Amino acid sequence: MAEPFRISGAGRLTPAKTARFTFDGKPFSGIEGDTLASALLANGVHLVGRSFKYHRPRGFLSAGAEEPNALVSIERDAARKTPNVRATVQELYDGLAAHSQNRWPSLSFDVGAVNDLASPFFSAGFYYKTFMWPKAAWKNLYEPKIRAAAGLGVAPDQPDPDHYSSRFAHCEVLVLGGGASGIAAALAAAETGVRVILADEQSELGGALRFESGSRVDGQDGFAWAQGAVAKLAAMDNVRLLPRTTAFGYYAQNFVGLTERVTDHLAAPGHDLPRERLWQIRAKKVVIATGAIERQMVFADNDRPGVMLASAARAYLNHYGVAVGRQVGVYTANDSAYAAAIDLKKAGVNIAAIVDLRDNPSGPLIDEARTLGIELNLGRAVVKARGNLRVSAMVVQPKNGGAERTIPVDALLMSSGWTPSVHLFSQSRGKVAFDDATRRFLPGAYAQDCVSVGACNGTDSLEASLDEGYAAGAKAAKEAGGKAVRGGAKPKADAGEGWTGGMLGSAPGAGAGTTVKAFVDFQNDVTAKDIRQAVHEGMRSIEHVKRFTTNGMATDQGKTSNMHGLAIAAETLGKEIPEVGLTTFRAPYTPVTFGSIVNHARGPLFDPTRRTATHDWAERQGAVFEDVGQWKRAWYFPRAGEDMHAAVNRECVTVRKAAGLFDASTLGKIEVVGPDAAKFMELLYTNPWEKLGVGRCRYGVMLREDGFIYDDGVVGRLAADRFHVTTTTGGAARVMNMMEDYLQTEFPGLNVWLTSTSEQWAVIAVQGPKSRDIIAPFVEGIDLADEALPHMSVREGKICGVPTRLFRMSFSGERGFEVNVPADYGLAVWEALWAEGQKHGACAYGTETMHVLRAEKGYIIVGQDTDGTVTPADAGLDWAIGKKKTDFVGIRGLSRPDLVAPGRKQLVGLKTKDPKTVLEEGAQVVANPNQPIPMKMIGHVTSSYWSENCGRSIALALVVDGHSRMGETLFVPMPSGVIEVEICSAVFFDEKGGRLNG
Amino acid sequence: MLLIRCPYCEEERPELEFRNAGEAHVARSTDMAAISDDDFEKFFFIRSNPKGIIFERWRHIHGCARFFNAARDTVTDKFLVTYKAGEPKPDLEGLVSNEPAAYANRPPDQLNVKKPRRAPAKKKGEA
Ligand SMILES: [Zn+2]
Repeated sequence: MAEPFRISGAGRLTPAKTARFTFDGKPFSGIEGDTLASALLANGVHLVGRSFKYHRPRGFLSAGAEEPNALVSIERDAARKTPNVRATVQELYDGLAAHSQNRWPSLSFDVGAVNDLASPFFSAGFYYKTFMWPKAAWKNLYEPKIRAAAGLGVAPDQPDPDHYSSRFAHCEVLVLGGGASGIAAALAAAETGVRVILADEQSELGGALRFESGSRVDGQDGFAWAQGAVAKLAAMDNVRLLPRTTAFGYYAQNFVGLTERVTDHLAAPGHDLPRERLWQIRAKKVVIATGAIERQMVFADNDRPGVMLASAARAYLNHYGVAVGRQVGVYTANDSAYAAAIDLKKAGVNIAAIVDLRDNPSGPLIDEARTLGIELNLGRAVVKARGNLRVSAMVVQPKNGGAERTIPVDALLMSSGWTPSVHLFSQSRGKVAFDDATRRFLPGAYAQDCVSVGACNGTDSLEASLDEGYAAGAKAAKEAGGKAVRGGAKPKADAGEGWTGGMLGSAPGAGAGTTVKAFVDFQNDVTAKDIRQAVHEGMRSIEHVKRFTTNGMATDQGKTSNMHGLAIAAETLGKEIPEVGLTTFRAPYTPVTFGSIVNHARGPLFDPTRRTATHDWAERQGAVFEDVGQWKRAWYFPRAGEDMHAAVNRECVTVRKAAGLFDASTLGKIEVVGPDAAKFMELLYTNPWEKLGVGRCRYGVMLREDGFIYDDGVVGRLAADRFHVTTTTGGAARVMNMMEDYLQTEFPGLNVWLTSTSEQWAVIAVQGPKSRDIIAPFVEGIDLADEALPHMSVREGKICGVPTRLFRMSFSGERGFEVNVPADYGLAVWEALWAEGQKHGACAYGTETMHVLRAEKGYIIVGQDTDGTVTPADAGLDWAIGKKKTDFVGIRGLSRPDLVAPGRKQLVGLKTKDPKTVLEEGAQVVANPNQPIPMKMIGHVTSSYWSENCGRSIALALVVDGHSRMGETLFVPMPSGVIEVEICSAVFFDEKGGRLNG
Repeated sequence: MLLIRCPYCEEERPELEFRNAGEAHVARSTDMAAISDDDFEKFFFIRSNPKGIIFERWRHIHGCARFFNAARDTVTDKFLVTYKAGEPKPDLEGLVSNEPAAYANRPPDQLNVKKPRRAPAKKKGEA
């Protein structure tokens, strides 16, 4: 056989189905069904990475999701480079290319390993202490160096070409974990007919049955039973199986987030498949069956490649048919590692010795090991692992000290016991409780409608786990409405495994010396010494110890390290474990890709794009667009050779000389209808409305209760009981929300209906002296004469044969109309008006010209010239307040002491002394430019433009007591020098307003 | 993501369909212009922000669009009851659990009972 450590006849894979792969460019062969880890081990490769901080050589600790060491980069192509993939989880496919990380120039010779020698420098809390001063060095020296030296894989430098999908699902019973108890729960629940979803992170379900060679269920090998049960579940219509799916987060009200890895195991994933699928499942009942995770022994150099969890070696042997070595040592404090020794021995692997910290272990496994002739060293400890790139020996010593003996090994299996996986239970806000008898945290008080079963609930034997899972599944399904089942097919264990016991914290080999590295957290390079040091330096809470040492803070979330760290801290503090407490488990259980979270919300799907009816037309005209909220608005229409400045100047002059067409469709529009419509308008706007004649318009100002301007817009009265309200583009939704809020909750007695019509009407503003000439040929049924349709009036009629609400109004200061037509006719009407406009020398103009024209007239834009602290009086709009009104939103706020006190910022115009200088919007205004810094700022520029019509720059500003400073000279200090400005009226053009009828 | 029962739709719907609208039962005076500065301060600025039960307004913005009221525990995020706008504060007797909230910050010795209340697991070999 090509793979020297593959044992013929062992494992469940089919040897004929080979798969080729490379690791650091070197070609290897494995078998379909392998993980990258098992395939490398079959080839005798243990060294796969360098550690995070010390760059120590690392191999495989585990055979599953808890892996802290064997993180590799998988490269499919230039854009598909996934860093930090756990080799123990990555399924092998033909052509897989993996690379080791965190090493330079090569994995076996890594310059960064000097960190290991310099390790006193990197001890616990080193980030906080060593690099504190000088502060500037952080940015320029320490952080870049640390980032370059530490850190794991390299993120891809190209956009992710894969796509990710998302599914929402509902079920009565969601089972998390497909080991024996989870499968039993799913079987029981499924029998009742309710919807069941069973999710498991592995490609094949079975959990610990994958390596527990001693388990038998319903007369079969345990793993074979699991496959049969899964096939039975798969055939049921009410069951959804989700293999390769990890529940990463447990949220409120039984809402669970899961990611399904759809293509990561495929040699040639088609483009039609998403790489991952995000599942968001709401379940009536959740059964948590997440099993338990074996812990390492904490002793000197327990991180050498070849030192691994005993259960991992069993998985590699019993499932993948791979021996992790030829001369294997075992170091344990509980029975389960004996089973690994026995399985390996039976498969023909030499067991160098079992070292057991316990003095007198007894039981069938110990007896069997003896019978097989395995050497037992009881009451002894492995105090050190020898070797560098691979373990070469274990140093054994009586646990209370004495003569050392070195036993050569090429693999060292360890087990200090099993930690129930209470992560998801804890995420559900359930409270874990410490069980003194078995020295572990178990589910205590539940916060949600879920139940834990099997090993994660501290249920140790296979038989009890099956019973517990089956009973829980049946109960959950029944409570969720499942039908009663008589004589269900409850699985029965004929033989099983299961262990309790073990030890927490550092073993004798963890040493007290400063140079000993007995790893607690492999991924973050945290040693037993670091934890002790943290306590000695004053950390008392486990939350502080965790942050100071970074224990349990790596992407493995402390699956193998939390309990050891806690025990060492408790011992050093002289406290019991429950007194020290446990750190909080947080989502995600295992790392989740950005892709699955971001999902479809990328590029054009990131946010909806809103386009007006004339969008394509404007695009064909070469318009440049700007984003206004979700809207795309034409910004300006450059002609050949024009830059923005030239285009805007031309547009501004053309509108005032002839006319311009502007798409104002994005304005918010709300139809306020009903017998009490006028009464409602009186309450929502500062202006009086009752006496506004039908067919007339009014500029309305809306305040918040605190008296500050919230929105504005022109309102037309179409009938006694019908108002056409316009709002700012950005304010449309919030104005509608505020109106609904008051109507529903404060003024529910008013008989009024509100309808958003923003997208029903296309609005074409035709502005300029020729505007009436342009629309006149198309208008039917409306008299356009000034006497019949004066400024600020509205009529309903027809234009181009389609219905219109024709407003005579102006946001430019010129004679103007706003033609509202049903949005579907918007483009046709625009094109008709455009063709006619051409005859009169009109142009199309965009938002920039609209801004300049309105600023020339001193018309404010809410949100630009106001900022939520501006009153109508501040903005020069007190004329818009109905003086006789007894109530409107904001009436009381307006009389607040600070709103009527002198010294408020008021809106004024600014003229620069040099007419060519255009101020910067947001620039600060001061009275004396020679005062020391920080200067007293008395105002700021809110709008500033070059006005071709005025032949100079113009600006609006909010300045303290501005209205009484007319003609005063103030200063705008800028990096390039101080700009002198004069306060003037906010109206720069046609102050008398004669052009509105011009 | 929370599930919220809309009292108008009479259905539990996902949180995405709703928008919080601040504290409930803050009534606007019918003689607004005349209220004192102190009363305006209470009406506009002062909110209770309790750790525990809050009465708050929600809007079923992406559903029926109605505003309604809810009693929610700010510690657990649990909705005790939702009710229509204009209805009085409901009696929460029997709805509030005496158990310490699962989200509450409690010292470790209160979190970890020595003996969890659970059935002892069967040991290996028992059948
Ligand atoms: Zn509703």
